[in-house]
This record gives sequence, C-alpha cells and structure tokens, in this order.
Amino acid sequence: MSLDGLRSALVVHRPAFTLDITLDVAPGEVVALLGPNGAGKTTALRALAGLTPLSGGHITLDGRPLHTLAPERRPIGMVFQDYLLFPHLSALDNVAFGPRCQGVAKAEARRTAAALLERVGLADRAAAKPRELSGGQAQRVALARALAVRPRLMLLDEPLAALDAHTRLEIRSQLRRHLGDFDGATVLVTHDPLDAMVLADRLIVVEAGAVVQQGAPAEVARRPRTDYVARLVGLNLYRGLGDGARAKVGELLLHTAEQLDGPAFVAFSPTAVALYRTRPDGSPRNLWQAGIDGIERHGDNVRVHLDGPISAFADITPAALADLDLSPGERIWASVKATETHAYPA
Amino acid sequence: MSSSYDSDTSGAGAAAGREVSGRLPWMLVLPAVAGLAFLVLPLAGLLVRAPWSTLLQRLAEPQMLEALRLSLLCATAATVVCVLLGVPLAWLLARVEFPGRRLARALVTVPLVLPPVVGGVALLLVLGRRGLAGQWLESAFGITLPFTTVGVVVAEAFVAMPFLVISVEGALRGADRRFEEAAATLGASRWTVFRRVTLPLVMPGVVAGAVLCWARALGEFGATITFAGNFPGTTRTMPLAVYLALETEPEAAVVLSLVLLTVSVVILAGLRDRWVNSP
Repeated sequence: MSLDGLRSALVVHRPAFTLDITLDVAPGEVVALLGPNGAGKTTALRALAGLTPLSGGHITLDGRPLHTLAPERRPIGMVFQDYLLFPHLSALDNVAFGPRCQGVAKAEARRTAAALLERVGLADRAAAKPRELSGGQAQRVALARALAVRPRLMLLDEPLAALDAHTRLEIRSQLRRHLGDFDGATVLVTHDPLDAMVLADRLIVVEAGAVVQQGAPAEVARRPRTDYVARLVGLNLYRGLGDGARAKVGELLLHTAEQLDGPAFVAFSPTAVALYRTRPDGSPRNLWQAGIDGIERHGDNVRVHLDGPISAFADITPAALADLDLSPGERIWASVKATETHAYPA
Repeated sequence: MSSSYDSDTSGAGAAAGREVSGRLPWMLVLPAVAGLAFLVLPLAGLLVRAPWSTLLQRLAEPQMLEALRLSLLCATAATVVCVLLGVPLAWLLARVEFPGRRLARALVTVPLVLPPVVGGVALLLVLGRRGLAGQWLESAFGITLPFTTVGVVVAEAFVAMPFLVISVEGALRGADRRFEEAAATLGASRWTVFRRVTLPLVMPGVVAGAVLCWARALGEFGATITFAGNFPGTTRTMPLAVYLALETEPEAAVVLSLVLLTVSVVILAGLRDRWVNSP
C-alpha cells in the first residue's frame, strides 16, 4: 500500500463516549462519514484538523505524521457547517486569509483569492461582506477559502446542511465538481444519505463512535447492515438465519431470491410490500398477518407501519389506502415476493 | 400536538400583555421616579446656578484651560496605557488556562472596590521615592513618578483599568471561538488569530471598555491627589480644580463642573452612537 493520502486511527475519549475509528483516504478520493447526530463524525473531523486532541492513535498524511502538528501547521482546508466566514472581512479577504497566513504577499494573495472566487462563480461578490451573501454564496466562499491554502486534506463538516432545499441541489452538484477537481484526500461529514451518495466515492457509517459499515455508496444502499443505515436508504432490514433459499427471521420464514446459509441479513423495499384486507388467493409464499401501527404521508405515497411477527414499513398509494380503508389498530395481511427480497451474509 | 402547544403559549402571551398594560404598581413607580430625580436634580442644579453672565469670561481664564487640557491629556494617556496592557490581560484571563486564573481575575477587580485614596497610598508605597519600585526607578533611570504629570496618568490608569479588562474579557467570552478555530485551520498562528480575527470581533467591547475607562480616568480624584498631588499645570486636573475652587470661589467651581459635565456627556454620547449601541 502506498504512503500517499490519509491514513489514520482516531481515538478520542470523552465522558460517556469514545470515538475509535480507522480512516484511510487515497489522494483524489472523497470519503463520507455518515451517521446519526452524536455518532462522533464531527469529533473525527476536528481530530483530523487538530482542533480536538487525540487520546490515542495516529494521523499520517502523504507519509508524514500529522497528529504531532498544531492545527495551523497542518496542510488542511476545512469547511465548517455554518461556514464561519470572518464577518469583518470581505469575501475576497476571507479567501485571501489563508495565503496571507502562509506568508504570501498581499497583492498576490488577493490575486489567488480572486481567481478562486471566479472558479466558484462569485467573481462579482468579491467585495461583499459575509452578512450580505446568501447561504449558497457563503458556502462557496467557505469552499474557496479552504481551497486557497492548497490543502492536501480537505475536511467538510455538513457542508450543505445549512442550505434550503433548492439551493442545496445546485450547490451539491457544484461541490461535487470542485471535489472532483481536487487532487488531495477529502473527508466529508454528513447525516444526509443523499449528500453522501452524490458526493462520496466511499461511505463510512459511524454509529456511537465506531464504524459499523463501509463501502461504495451503491453497495451500502443495497446491503445495509444496521437499522440506521436501512432507515437512511429506505429499506426494511432483518437479521436472521439463512437456510438455502429461505431465512428464518424471528418466527417468520422468508423466502429469498438468493441462496444463503448461516447468519444473514434480509432486506426489501417498503414499496415491495403488498397489503390485503383478506387472505389473498394463490397464497404468495411470504405472507404474514400484521397489525397497523400507524399511517403517515411519505412523499407521494402513504407509509403504513406494520407490527406483527416482523415490524415493517409498507408504502402504498393514497388510492390503495382508500380502497383498503385502513386505520391504525386493524389486522391485515402483508406479503412480499421472494424476488423482491435481498439476502446477504451478516 | 404542536399546534395546541402553540395556541397555549400565544394565549399566555396575550394574558401577560393585559397584565402589563393594567395599573402600574406604585411600590415600584414611586421609588423609580425618586431615583431618577435624585440622579438628575443635582445636574439640573448645576445648570440653574451657573453664572451664565460671566461664563465666557471665566471659561477663558488660563487656569481653567490649563486644568481642562491636563485632564483631557491625562485621561487619554491613561486610557492608552489601559488598552495596551488591559486588552492582552483580558485575553490571558479569557483564553489561556493557567493555575491561579480565578485569583488573577479577582485581583483585577480589586481597584474597582478599593477606595481611590487607598489606591493612591498603595501607589505611593510602591512607586513613591522611597517605594519598593520607586527607589529602583529613580536610581536606575532617574525617573520619579509621584507629584508629576506621569504620576497622574499612573494613578488614573490604576483606577480605570478594571473597567477595560472586565469589558474586554466579557466580549472575549461572548465571541464565538470557532472563528478562531477556523483561522487556525487556515494556518494562522495564535498571534495572527488574535490580531486579525479575535481583536476585530471584540472591537465593540474594546471601544466600550475604553470609553468607560476614559470617563473614569477623567473624573479621578482620590488616587490622583494622593499620589500626584495638586500642582497647577502639572497635576491639577479638573476634579482637583473643582474641589479647590469650591473653598475659595464657588462660582468658579460651578463653571468648572459644568465644563467637565459637558465634555463627558458630549464625548460619551458621540462614542455611544458610533460604537456602543451599534450591533
């Protein structure tokens, strides 16, 4: 394995919480740390930046130790969740701040900054103070400011979380392009699976301070390994025992598309679940009786929460809901085709 | 759930509004009006008793101008000293963990509660010609502080510095430290962070502190007369001149007081609009 890029083991002890993860990122690669609030994602990012001291472990960047250096001596660029643009400096001077700290002459630092602002499409906002910038503009200035120090490691903390839905879409695709042009390692922290899928080459899912799953976005989306990930990617997930083309999940025996023996995960989409008032004819093989725990809007559909031998979400159309005349507390039949399920080793 | 909660709180808000617009409690209003009168009447008295007919003539007297010039000069110099020493001190107290920090913070406020005359005595004991540091200053550099204009500045700075330190330390504690972290990730040393990020962010606090400090220095009496004496032209500032004039020439005391009042109010009001009230 080459020494290039980021190689790190991060251990941070906090009262009531320990972060302990390994994190390796190749040059040019974008890795997303995905996880619920309080999982330790931001702590990991701050440890990489040197803003939170490591209790143990090490950080190596391009073969050189990083954890022995003060934050200001690390070749990093960081974009904070609320950007933290210096309120008393113009957009241009915010971007020029890093080069100035590196000893670049004022005029040249400003030229560098102007070029970067142009690259993020904000050449005409150079003189604006941060409070005069929109959220999307501030995000791009923050990105330009981080890029201006020519970092070897880019750290982004929830870079899109503060944006409204429309701006977010546009900034996300721009950010993807800029990160694509960046040749150093990038670590991105987010709790939004969509941001992670679009921006990252690889996902690392962190829960309670530990890595619970990692892999390519498509792989993680198809084969979640924890309830948290399953919820993120919108799948019903069960842990069971595989026996050929069947898996025993609790009291229920689910027929699966894949052949599998031993501990297994079974996943299927809420849209694959069909609901019936009465026991259906032809008896599909995965059929169980369930109680309705709750009903809520879910996009254009309706999401029905089912309890019973397994708890599951079923997404049906509003028309189907009206036809079935469902209400919480009622008993109904639920089924899912074997071909719609997905089983993989636990 | 949430909508019923909302309507509950708005209902409570409306009820609170009715209460406030009801009868005012005289138990509060009476002392409040008395307090206001107590603060304003003496100032009004100054205006009423001022010798308006001879005012211009008295204002042009050389002793008057001298005292005024000396007061402004010394208060400004004392404020500069307080800013140069007090801002770093406030930074140290707010940003650096060191043993005895709580004690240091308590000691900084001592001149606030110390009677100024006692402060002046203490300064004499340390910086006087026979004082601990004063002896050394005189033998090594030939500098004597007591009973000189520099002594006035020292006495005023001693008394006024806590105002600046407390104001700036409060501003530093209130400032978002993550801006400093952002600056560090951009390669800024701690000195650069202070100079280019922290100081601009807390500038309103520094200015407010400097104004308080200047006002306190301008009115300083006790420590000044104890440590620096009362020599016309070198250490007789306006407050000293007022006190002195009261014994011999009460009308002059009124004029001097009026001038002091006017200068304070004009400068404070001007700075307030510019800095202290602006967000």
